[in-house]
Amino acid sequence: MIDIDTQSKDVIRLENVSVRYRLPGERIHTFKEYAIRLLQGRIKYKDFNALQNINLQIHKGEIFGIIGNNGAGKSTLLKVISRVLIPTHGRVWIKGKVAPMLELGAGFHPELTGRENVFLNGTILGHPLREIEGHMDEIIEFSELRTFIESPLRTYSSGMNARLGFAASTSWEPDILILDEVLSVGDESFRRKCKTRMKEFRNRKTTTILVSHSMNNIRSLCERAAWLDHGKILAVGPVNEVIAEYRRGQAGA
Amino acid sequence: MEPSEDLIYDSARRGPVALEELRGIFQYRDLIYQLVRRDMVSRYKRSVLGIAWTLLQPLGMMIIISLVFSNLFQAIKGYPVYILSGLITWTFFAQTTNAIITQIVWGSELLRQIYMPRTSFAVSAIGTGLVNLLLSIILLFLIMFVMGVSFHWSILFLPVSILLLAAFSLGVGLIISTVAIHFPDVAEMYQIILTAWMYLTPIIYPEKIIPEAYRFWFFNLNPMYHILKLFRMPLFDGVVPDAKTLIVAVAVSSLTLIIGWLFFSKRSDEFAYYW
Repeated sequence: MIDIDTQSKDVIRLENVSVRYRLPGERIHTFKEYAIRLLQGRIKYKDFNALQNINLQIHKGEIFGIIGNNGAGKSTLLKVISRVLIPTHGRVWIKGKVAPMLELGAGFHPELTGRENVFLNGTILGHPLREIEGHMDEIIEFSELRTFIESPLRTYSSGMNARLGFAASTSWEPDILILDEVLSVGDESFRRKCKTRMKEFRNRKTTTILVSHSMNNIRSLCERAAWLDHGKILAVGPVNEVIAEYRRGQAGA
Repeated sequence: MEPSEDLIYDSARRGPVALEELRGIFQYRDLIYQLVRRDMVSRYKRSVLGIAWTLLQPLGMMIIISLVFSNLFQAIKGYPVYILSGLITWTFFAQTTNAIITQIVWGSELLRQIYMPRTSFAVSAIGTGLVNLLLSIILLFLIMFVMGVSFHWSILFLPVSILLLAAFSLGVGLIISTVAIHFPDVAEMYQIILTAWMYLTPIIYPEKIIPEAYRFWFFNLNPMYHILKLFRMPLFDGVVPDAKTLIVAVAVSSLTLIIGWLFFSKRSDEFAYYW
């Protein structure tokens, strides 16, 4: 096994990473049917390659963009990086703590108050309670929800929900932050705040992976990007070049 | 360098998953606590009586069942304590295993998005069950006090009983969920099995109604019978379980837990492909 040089500037390395979902060719629902077919050797699968031979290095402190159409494998790639999915083949090497920005509502419970949800969310991200206590004021401040923080989350609007979510998951200065379409929520002023915070992160050496359908966001925030299509990386490099390739590809299609 | 930067995840160099899970549960212990808290708080927050329902609900059920069956099985002196000691044991087992299966088989939004020990939800389900069990036991003491049933020192044995019951339930929950992730039918089937299993275990009826000839095998092949004994002997009979009962119960529950934990961990990498 080749040793990965731990002194390098990379914080994420994917080597020949493939993810293959096995979709059953026919629906087998019962254990009995399965057992019979297993004995007869009649179990068929259709393989679906969500990711194929992905090689990617992401450096410390950069904001790395991922673009691609729906179904290109972006979410699968993020899952592999955040350790949710173990790749079928290949190797994932990650240095540091990964914090995915949780989807709206995930991990948040509607009956709990904003404050209780911040505690829950913090422990989900793997932080000890005492540490969360220390961040509480800052999170409430950033989300601009001080008056509502003791109300149950079900009374929040989706914008408020998103503000709390973003505040809770970005107040930690994680080593690696994953943002999936987060900039499409909230109003203009909140989005500006998010961007400012991401730029602060870059200065503090947090690595950010940003997935967005908005080329403007990708261009204004990222130095490098990758274009993913049907589970393969079609282009990777400086953001302008990748976007240009992507546009050419879209025009051709 | 910040300490968390030393944290390196390398999919090509992982230790045994079962140990990784165990370490994970320890690292994420605050999460387990928060999940238990969430379960308790969210369940009762909107009701007026709030947390009191945790007590009122089993109380209501205990009263009804005692009333219904007392007449049927009058042979047993102090029947309510007999039945209640069995019922709290069974309720814990049925509730926690079901909670584990539901949360693992249907996955949660969280498990799809972020890494956390995959046993987190199973362990927290046991935690929630333990809180409920402790409340039920307090309630049972109250009922015993009101009924004038004498307490014995043997109740000090209960922590051991609880520990073994929890281990057994966690083990069964993990085994069934691992199978049910591939075959969701198993989760449905388990409901039927649970009902049958409950009636096969002497919870509401006296052991004597099973004919003498079958009694030995009928009870001894049922793992829940041995665990039930750990609760009924100190609470109802007022004696500490004898060595034989204890050894069998320890063997059954620790073996189930170990098998469940290993089986679940071995398969857990595949789960994300199903969720």
